[in-house]
Amino acid sequence: MTDIPAGAIPVPTPATQGAPASKVRSYWGSVWNRLRYDPVTLFFLAVIILIVLSAIFAPWLAPMDPEKSSMANRLRPIGYKKYLLGTDEQGRDMLSRLLWGGRISLMMGILPVLFATLIGGAFGVVAGYYGGKVNMVIMRTMDIFFAFPSVLLAVAIAGSLGGGIFNQMLTLTVVLIPPICRVAETATSQVRSLDFVDAARASGASTVSILFTHVLINVLSPVLVYSSTLVSISIILASGLSFLGLGVSPPTADWGLMLSTLRQAIYVQPLVTALPGIAILITSIAFNLVSDGLRQAMDVKT
Amino acid sequence: MTDLIETSTTPASGSDPRDRGGPAQPMLIVENIKKYFPIRAGLLNRKVAEVKAVDDISFYVLKGETLGVVGESGCGKSTLARLLMYLIDKDEGNLILDGDPVGEKLGVPLEGLRRSLQMVFQDSYSSLNPRLPIEQSIAYGPKVQGAKPKAAKEQARALLDQVGLMPDRFGQRYPHELSGGQKQRVNIARALALDPRLLILDEAVSALDKSVEAQVLNLLGELKEKLNLTYIFISHDLHVVRFISDRVLVMYLGQVVEIGPVEKIYEDPKHPYTQALLACRLSMDPDERVEAAPLAGDPPNPVNPPSGCRFHTRCPYVEDVCMSKMPALGDVLRADPETHLAACHMVHAGSGHSKAPDAQSQALPVWHGEAR
Amino acid sequence: MNEMRSPDTLASEPHGATVEPYVRVKDLTVRFVSREATVKAVNGVSFDLDKGQVLCVIGESGSGKSVMMRSLLRLHPKKRTVIEGSMRVGADEITSVSDKKMSELRGSTISMIFQEPMTALDPLYTIGDQIAETVMRHEKIDRDAAWKRALELLELVRVPSPERRLKAFPHELSGGLRQRAMIAVALSCRPSILLADEPTTALDASVQIQVLVLLRKLQREMGMSMIFVTHDLGVAAQIADKVAVMYAGRIIEYGEARDVLMHPQHPYTKAMLSSTVKDQDKGKPLEAIAGTPPDLRALPDGCSFAPRCKYAGPDCKVAMPDPLIDGRGHMVRCSKVRVMGGLLMFDEGMARPETALEPA
Repeated sequence: MTDIPAGAIPVPTPATQGAPASKVRSYWGSVWNRLRYDPVTLFFLAVIILIVLSAIFAPWLAPMDPEKSSMANRLRPIGYKKYLLGTDEQGRDMLSRLLWGGRISLMMGILPVLFATLIGGAFGVVAGYYGGKVNMVIMRTMDIFFAFPSVLLAVAIAGSLGGGIFNQMLTLTVVLIPPICRVAETATSQVRSLDFVDAARASGASTVSILFTHVLINVLSPVLVYSSTLVSISIILASGLSFLGLGVSPPTADWGLMLSTLRQAIYVQPLVTALPGIAILITSIAFNLVSDGLRQAMDVKT
Repeated sequence: MTDLIETSTTPASGSDPRDRGGPAQPMLIVENIKKYFPIRAGLLNRKVAEVKAVDDISFYVLKGETLGVVGESGCGKSTLARLLMYLIDKDEGNLILDGDPVGEKLGVPLEGLRRSLQMVFQDSYSSLNPRLPIEQSIAYGPKVQGAKPKAAKEQARALLDQVGLMPDRFGQRYPHELSGGQKQRVNIARALALDPRLLILDEAVSALDKSVEAQVLNLLGELKEKLNLTYIFISHDLHVVRFISDRVLVMYLGQVVEIGPVEKIYEDPKHPYTQALLACRLSMDPDERVEAAPLAGDPPNPVNPPSGCRFHTRCPYVEDVCMSKMPALGDVLRADPETHLAACHMVHAGSGHSKAPDAQSQALPVWHGEAR
Repeated sequence: MNEMRSPDTLASEPHGATVEPYVRVKDLTVRFVSREATVKAVNGVSFDLDKGQVLCVIGESGSGKSVMMRSLLRLHPKKRTVIEGSMRVGADEITSVSDKKMSELRGSTISMIFQEPMTALDPLYTIGDQIAETVMRHEKIDRDAAWKRALELLELVRVPSPERRLKAFPHELSGGLRQRAMIAVALSCRPSILLADEPTTALDASVQIQVLVLLRKLQREMGMSMIFVTHDLGVAAQIADKVAVMYAGRIIEYGEARDVLMHPQHPYTKAMLSSTVKDQDKGKPLEAIAGTPPDLRALPDGCSFAPRCKYAGPDCKVAMPDPLIDGRGHMVRCSKVRVMGGLLMFDEGMARPETALEPA
């Protein structure tokens, strides 16, 4: 919004140079500046940090052993004696189980998304940039996976691979690759058609250089934003798999598994039964809202 | 690589050390260039039709001149620019850059073309990378060509200065922090970064406000003098083309319909299409209003262009011969730059058009559009 | 009969004005408020417009011309926009009517056409659907009658083979036809005032003339008022009865199209005319206006054009000059202009002779 000294007529006054120079900020600086004034996003960002910290420090925060059952204290209500959040159907401390379960659930939310972003993103960028046959092979393959509902696909893969943390993670990664790939492909093919990419080609740049200098940087934010919405989906899917017995196996604490095993007790202790569900709900809402805020903050006018 | 950077900041004088073919050798010769885009449809992606975007175009650009290219949207102007830049592959034809064929074994390799030929894009949200500070956008080209990051940065700052943007103040800015005119200056600086000899300006001032347009046109004039540049100036604005060009090439549906020195074309347009285009210029005088549009309808679809003369569907002088026979432009490449050529049966003696001149008299009909 | 006055003339007029103008905008200011800054887009614009008249608002990007016009339809986001002053259209005060009334006015009384028809037309519906839907919403007629009206409208805007085009989707039409289709949608409820926001800027010159000739004809036939925003002086010359030149959110010159375009008085209008490329001498640089328009977040005191004006003296930076009007209704806001023999005269030596600058 400032002036250029130019033109055939000499600039008569120094005032043309006097307009306020807007402060120069880097892209991420301006993103943060917008986030700063968004209380909702900030609040849920804090919630996520809290959840992550409590999962990390579960061994120190948990008052009891999450796997130690006590037949005498089964299905105790919230606040019963030393059980701050009650106990489950085997008399295990709910608070400790929720804290420990968060570790697995968060890991199931974040890691598969991370892997899927790397793999799906790479495929998507390649498909979007090269177009033609390369695009057709990659995207049609993705479409085959995309054709199934994600839950069904996850169940099918997990069912054939068997249970366990590693297989569960692998399943989720495979399920999440196609949608991320699709987003990356769309974003890339849009960027690819822009004039600045042609300008870079005209300067003799190699494809690799163009991909890294001009394409990735512009594809990154839509892909990151989209991936962050998948975290909550991944958590829910993982919980679903555990719920169906296709994820971690008891007695390991996991929100989905806890929900599954507690459901018979819903008429006995509805509040305690609902706790793992509430944990899943809060976490996924937090991730969704933060990614929404992130999307707005990253939406720089070009 | 360093000498490349040196030369780009020193103004070139009379004879250019980069000159290889001598001063009379055209900067660029375009020979029968063609590009048809297939339109595919159906399950098997079969070709159902093709867009004759650039259909057998030949012309040359002399050293130090500005060739204006005009025509309506869809006439293939931008495709032509991208073909010259090797951004899309041509189907047929040759480019001869300063005497050497491009891309052939003995001629200029593609990298040589990259350095000699650069393009300034229309100012739009997409002409600059929104995530790169403009200094980096300008320095990118030299870096790609092997310059050290520091040297490239220095060069970018020198170029910013040259296009009238203070490097300290603007260098670190992002495109969205600049006005349209400023962005266009950056676009020009980026094109200059490789020390080109020929700049293709594709609607380079069309999106700008009028007062800014004048600033940028002045800058282009200054740079041309200082850096000994040759321009191909593509625009739909006939006023601007007249101001900046030495010669003008008029395109219609992928073909050249008229070419010649700017004053000859503007004073005495021979092709009815050029005449109509010129009649579409608006006067600033409210008393000189256009009562009927000089050209009816939109340009026809380039997918299936009309037979014979492609303009015959909108031409007021259409006769049978126009629908069956395509009029020739003449040998553009052998003609001297002062020659005024038009691809119209009315111009060619013995073409069969009733308004065509006899073999003896060379009097040409001048069409005065309804607007005049 | 002085159909359209700059309101600034009202004060100077002896209680004349028995007939109320159809549109009266008075002291309109529009500000966009955000966390970072307040953008003063329109800073006190006043004008009158009579039925059947065309006002062209000329200005460059950032002059506030589109913002001003869009506020007549209350298109700005309520939350972040502060609108002051008054805008009366017919009997309705736009600043105070209810939202319900406003949406009734939109389309039926006030209608608008845009630069890019694809943004105004819904890509998922055929042209016929879109026109018929607008007609049905406002006029409570049945589907068949509405489709008949749609056909009539396409004929009115001279779309060739209209029956076929009714069933076409926007993307199936060429740029010129799309523009015509949008005009048909805008005219579907016989608006009494049409707002046009650079409707011909994106078109080829040959199609631009077609649309201008069409608009002028329709405007006359339907007796519509029109406010036409453009940055192209040639377009204004084609269509305007009155011309208002805007700079930094103010009207700095106003008058009959002929007076403003052929005898401009304000240095900005003059500079705009001389920097527009049109048969200038080749080889000589164009008379460009140095610098860029002011930052609307931090407008300078005094005349907003002073920092770029080659005639500006120290007094120009103190206060925005008051409007000066001659007998022909030609208004200009510049301290270097005076009225001589009933006409405005630019005199660069005025006010502070010692600050005379280099000649043009």
